[in-house]
Amino acid sequence: MKNKMIMQATDLSIVFGGLRAVDKFSFELYQNELVGLIGPNGAGKTTVFNMLTGIYTPTEGEIIYWDERSRVHSIGKKQPAVLNKVGIARTFQNIRLFNSLSVIDNVKIALHAHRKANIFDVLLRTKKFRSDEGIIEEKALQLLSLFKIADKKDELAKNLPYGEQRKLEIVRALAARPQVLFLDEPAAGMNPQETEELMELIAFIRKEFDLTILLIEHDMKLVMGICERLIVLDYGKIIARGLPEEIKKDPQVIKAYLGEEALEHVESE
Amino acid sequence: MQNTKMFNKKMIFPLLVSLFLLIIPTILIKFTIIDEYFAQIITLAAINAIMAISVNIICGFTGQLSLGQASFMAIGAYMSILLTENLGLPMGLSIIFAGFSAALVGFLIGFPTLKLRGDYLAIVTLGFGEIIKVILMNFKSITGGANGKRFVAPAAVNFTLNPEVSFFVIVFFLIVIIVLFQNFIRSSFGRAILAVREDEIAANSNGIGVFKYKMTGFIIASFVAGIGGALYAPFIGFIKPEMASFNRSIEYLIFVVLGGMGSITGSVVAAFTLTSLQEFLRFLQDYRLLVYPLILIFVMLYKPDGLLGTREFSFVKTEKRLFAFFKKVRVKNEK
Repeated sequence: MKNKMIMQATDLSIVFGGLRAVDKFSFELYQNELVGLIGPNGAGKTTVFNMLTGIYTPTEGEIIYWDERSRVHSIGKKQPAVLNKVGIARTFQNIRLFNSLSVIDNVKIALHAHRKANIFDVLLRTKKFRSDEGIIEEKALQLLSLFKIADKKDELAKNLPYGEQRKLEIVRALAARPQVLFLDEPAAGMNPQETEELMELIAFIRKEFDLTILLIEHDMKLVMGICERLIVLDYGKIIARGLPEEIKKDPQVIKAYLGEEALEHVESE
Repeated sequence: MQNTKMFNKKMIFPLLVSLFLLIIPTILIKFTIIDEYFAQIITLAAINAIMAISVNIICGFTGQLSLGQASFMAIGAYMSILLTENLGLPMGLSIIFAGFSAALVGFLIGFPTLKLRGDYLAIVTLGFGEIIKVILMNFKSITGGANGKRFVAPAAVNFTLNPEVSFFVIVFFLIVIIVLFQNFIRSSFGRAILAVREDEIAANSNGIGVFKYKMTGFIIASFVAGIGGALYAPFIGFIKPEMASFNRSIEYLIFVVLGGMGSITGSVVAAFTLTSLQEFLRFLQDYRLLVYPLILIFVMLYKPDGLLGTREFSFVKTEKRLFAFFKKVRVKNEK
């Protein structure tokens, strides 16, 4: 039996000028799944992400989302900030940290919703404000030490090594305690060793935070290694979906990735 | 109950320093140990510092370029005169209300503009400054037109004629603004504003309502500019529509760029240095106009982030450093 459905997209399309970047994208996401979204460059993967997280408004189609208390949300025109509050978090393909702020501040910003103090408490530094800050600080530190970067809490985000920047972005996304996490090419720019560690990290956060994960990735080893289900996009259309093993043998996928000749080569074997 | 707790040990040192900076010069001015001319310069510098802080809040902290902060200053200045003379409000109240009216105008301008991403605020505030100038020139019955308006309420005259009064009130406002803004920026609201400056998309995806916090930053900046104007009016005693001009806004922006975008300390230091420099270089006559751009060019060449970057003066750190220094000295002496 499948778990509860938490997101359903039907016939999503988005048009930029004359270009149909994504065409009739439909999919369902069930609780605690780990789904991979793959496809060649320019296939529209990130555009799909941007629609699912509220950054782009789809031209056609609709997205329904069920939050942890099973309330229904229609994503369509909602701002990412609103979606973040009901449990949707994401990272970005080209890391988007708050560069000139400290590591701990990056995490504290994502804990923004935890404040109880109002503006007057803040201006006058009342007890409420101080207890707020204490709680936020503690939560941020807990998260950072869970990912073993607590010792770098006061460093500026931009001064972290690349791998840790990726990690920090994931930590920041997790700070909001999301139900579903969207990872946009988490292994981009990583060496095999780092990719290996990242796979472990993803498995770890999935268990620890009880997450549903949708990820975009180019690294086939990572995708085949951890994803339970794959969706393949090419030119904005879904060309295949299914288990990693099936996808590997799918002629259309091979064609999209390696070209017509490769397909003939595979078939003749 | 809370009040007693609010004054913890950490606050004693900053409080003493602030009181010292506020009261000692006031006494010196009162007994003309500091002459009136010099007193005027430092008081004007304090107003410029308030304006630089206003520009810094929107440009350095919120990351939105505003080229019309002087027009909010003009609104504050005219409002304080109107409220005091036409409605008979006490000066203190009219200064605060002048700040609020500038904030309201900031809200009205920000609402349609800040929804957009990019430098639209710069264009709109640039145009807004010119509009305000034209309005002030043409509503002669209220604003006195191009000839300007004199502040003749007794309280204001007292303010204009007694340098110690104007110094005390203006520096008091400066200190309060700095303290409140520091409290604000080191809170989750402040961090939200910084997040918007750093990366709007990332902030939005992490639960920060980008539009809301851009508005907050702009409204606070407008409020501070309004207060600056409301203090300027009784200090000079006479205001003109040129107050809202583009040149003025740019002058304040220069203070901020020079002091460091995102550093209140930098803005204050730059405002005091440059304001007094303009006066002390008077002996160079028109050549002094050359010194100013030269300083700018050199700072931009060697310290592109401004004198202080985003760093702030911190009482806690200074205290620690002082203690460490004295310890060292003592150890040396014992040897």
